[in-house]
Amino acid sequence: MDPAGDERPGARLAGKPPPGSRGAERAAARRRKDRRGFAIAAASTAVVLGALAAIVVTSPGWDDIRNTFFSTSVFADSFPAVLDGFWLDVKLFLAVEVAVLILGLLIAILRTTRGPALFPLRAMGAVYTDVLRGIPTILLVYLVGFGLPATMLFERGSLFVDPIFLGGLALTLSYSAYVAEVYRAGLNAVPRGQREAALAVGLTETQAMRHVIAPQAVRRVGPPLLNDFIALQKDVALVSILGPQEAFRIAQIEQLEAFNYTPLIAAALLYLAVTLPLARLLDYWERGQSGRTI
Amino acid sequence: MGAPVLEIQQVTKSFGDREVLKGVDLSVAEHEAVALIGASGSGKSTLLRCIDLLEDIDDGDVFLDGEVITDPSVDKIEIRRRLGLVFQAFNLFPHLDVLTNVMLGMSKAHGMGKDEAEEQARAILARFGLDGRERDRPSELSGGQQQRVAIARAFAARPRAMLLDEVTSALDPELVGEVLAAVRDLKAEGVTMLLATHEMNFAREVADRVGFLHEGRLVEVGPPEQVLSDPQEAPTRQFLRRLLEAGRA
Repeated sequence: MDPAGDERPGARLAGKPPPGSRGAERAAARRRKDRRGFAIAAASTAVVLGALAAIVVTSPGWDDIRNTFFSTSVFADSFPAVLDGFWLDVKLFLAVEVAVLILGLLIAILRTTRGPALFPLRAMGAVYTDVLRGIPTILLVYLVGFGLPATMLFERGSLFVDPIFLGGLALTLSYSAYVAEVYRAGLNAVPRGQREAALAVGLTETQAMRHVIAPQAVRRVGPPLLNDFIALQKDVALVSILGPQEAFRIAQIEQLEAFNYTPLIAAALLYLAVTLPLARLLDYWERGQSGRTI
Repeated sequence: MGAPVLEIQQVTKSFGDREVLKGVDLSVAEHEAVALIGASGSGKSTLLRCIDLLEDIDDGDVFLDGEVITDPSVDKIEIRRRLGLVFQAFNLFPHLDVLTNVMLGMSKAHGMGKDEAEEQARAILARFGLDGRERDRPSELSGGQQQRVAIARAFAARPRAMLLDEVTSALDPELVGEVLAAVRDLKAEGVTMLLATHEMNFAREVADRVGFLHEGRLVEVGPPEQVLSDPQEAPTRQFLRRLLEAGRA
């Protein structure tokens, strides 16, 4: 205990007990309580997990389950190839994410324009988001990935016959519609007075959007955007139906060769390795935001 | 008095079925300060917003330096650059620091070079007692400081007229004085202004003329000593009596 360390005014004003001792006592009691709570939580978790593990491992079918999904030898054999494929997922994810962030913001701004002359733009933005959010992403990947090359409009070697590019394009179309709606919610959440203040200092509507409204909207929508990106990171696997050798595709091939599902578990772990940190980051971010006024 | 800077003629404005302004006439001469008083909902804010073209008027005209500004063909952006509007709720840009709040209009709307804009913005902030706060975010400032930044922002480009919309109504009582001091400072420099206010003593002190708005009409306009001390119209007398009973005048 360190009574001198307590500098709260209340502790000094109390008068009767030696300065700071009451505050120090309370802090010590609080620490004891915290420690006890932590110990109880840890013990109860260990008991529950231990019991579950015991039930699973001693159940009659456990060996079959383990051999089918958690074979260490198959894991060791297939992991390097799956990891190799996973880099494609990561690269595609990053490229699509950047495209989605830009396209989504443009569509959102399109939808929040004013003035009758811009009605066609607003209508196009609305149709875009409604239609593309309403179509299953896997259908869109199939349509774009197989459909565009089938038109024979594009020469061999063109980007528009490359399955990776087309898969990325389909994901961009789908996710930009979701992200546009997230941005739009953010743009609408910026108080009306901000636009008026920007106009009052003499800015044009475009300048008001660029310097005042959009920056505030982007700050507000960080957490919901990140949420969409966790979903996107998983959906990159949909590109596998077009043939590119990404993690899920390779895991499937390995599974067929080994007659064992462990390679798919390996792929699942790789996706988790990216999505779990993102999810924790999201939690952290949201907690931080709720405490702030902006 | 010189030629009017602002001339408001028979302005009407409705929101849906609600007629907020029912034919308002008022002129503000160069270097003149006109205070608009009246109950909440009497149309004070709407009139100021109509002059800054944030609302389109239904009928009538507003002239700035003799030029009609409420015609649909007029470039609103260009007109707003010649006026400085301060809002009741400050409406500072929360994502920008104090200095950038003041500089934004100067550099983006008035095409001023960055160095020149910064120099002027710093000078005007210092003038309103905000030196040292240039790099703070608005949220780090008290309400009184925020409103002074807002006044600095509106005044930075030396507008032909300042429009002040109840600039102290959102403030805690102990912060009202510092904002009124900033307005007094503008008045001392001879800035033309039209201000909506609830502060009768301040209107008496700073305004050359006081106009009483009642249900969308300017019932009475005149020198403060007349309108505030010896009102000629029944609604004005009633309004001032109510304020007196509430201990606000």
